[in-house]
Amino acid sequence: MITLNINGKAHDLDIDPEMPLLWAIRDSVGLTGTKYGCGVAQCGACVVHLDGEAVRSCVTKVNRAAGKQVVTIEGLAQNNEHPVQQAWAEIDVPQCGYCHSGQIMSAAVLLRENPNPSDTDIDNAMSGNICRCGTYLRIRKAIHKAAEIQAKGS
Amino acid sequence: MKKTTKIVFIVLSLLTIGVATAFSVRNYDVSESEYLAIETPKKDSVASVKAFRQVYKVLMHPRCMNCHPKGDIPLQGNDSHLHAMSPKRGKDGKGVYAMKCMNCHQPENTPGDRTPPGNPDWHLPPADMKMVFEGRSAHDLAKQLVDRKQNGNKDYKALVAHADDGLVKAGWNMGKNRPAPPLTHAEFKKAWITWLENGAYAPPR
Repeated sequence: MITLNINGKAHDLDIDPEMPLLWAIRDSVGLTGTKYGCGVAQCGACVVHLDGEAVRSCVTKVNRAAGKQVVTIEGLAQNNEHPVQQAWAEIDVPQCGYCHSGQIMSAAVLLRENPNPSDTDIDNAMSGNICRCGTYLRIRKAIHKAAEIQAKGS
Repeated sequence: MKKTTKIVFIVLSLLTIGVATAFSVRNYDVSESEYLAIETPKKDSVASVKAFRQVYKVLMHPRCMNCHPKGDIPLQGNDSHLHAMSPKRGKDGKGVYAMKCMNCHQPENTPGDRTPPGNPDWHLPPADMKMVFEGRSAHDLAKQLVDRKQNGNKDYKALVAHADDGLVKAGWNMGKNRPAPPLTHAEFKKAWITWLENGAYAPPR
């Protein structure tokens, strides 16, 4: 039995400690906002926060997450009001949307560590999140917007 | 052989040996003040340089050199191409923002093809001590390794101990399709210590 703290709630799960965290989140707990993309840490669709870091849940085993705080897209903010989520909606960033929970989770770490990122900072932070629809320019614009929203709210 | 011929032969032989010795001494850079930045137990430039030839083969192997790049993006694969996704070194060598090394590299190797190799201490050298291997000649790398301003202020003892560093040893266990360096870790450690204890001499330029 492994206890995972996901979005502030403890879940006692009878699962293999070697199981990727992604499957525990999606299949065992039922939070399906986090997506499976490549399964080998290459695309970023599965990014969640583990003690605040943007880990790739497809290669992170559940035993690494035990005793730590896991945050998924569902728990990033109440009512989807994180500055990044607000900016994403305002700019209308997604096309198909599949990669965007990962994109948003990565962008949230960037803005926490650098409240006013340059284009280069954004590229450095987001280069591991692939978007097959090619929404990169809107992603960059939305992160700048999110920085503004965050600054107003602080 | 006539006496004069004998004398000429002996003189020429001595000259040849003298010139050869002079060149070899110059090539081996025996001037301590020039490069020997650490105290070592012995001084044997021939044994030391011979051992470093072996050490160099390991340090320039992709399993070692890939995390000692000349730029701020690590290298990847058996052909040492730039790491996909262009992760950056960051100040502490552990990446930046959402692109920190341990976000993908787990404490252990991830099973499967083209999955990230792992180690609990995965990182590049920090920005203020880059410890570049890529592109270094054997001569330059040997000097760099014993220069305390470029090696993290490691003295002889710390350099010897570094052969057993967890991340160094991980180079011999990086998972599927990642061949280990050309020496075993035991052979590498022996050559590393032989190089150091005999004076840490740099091979010729």
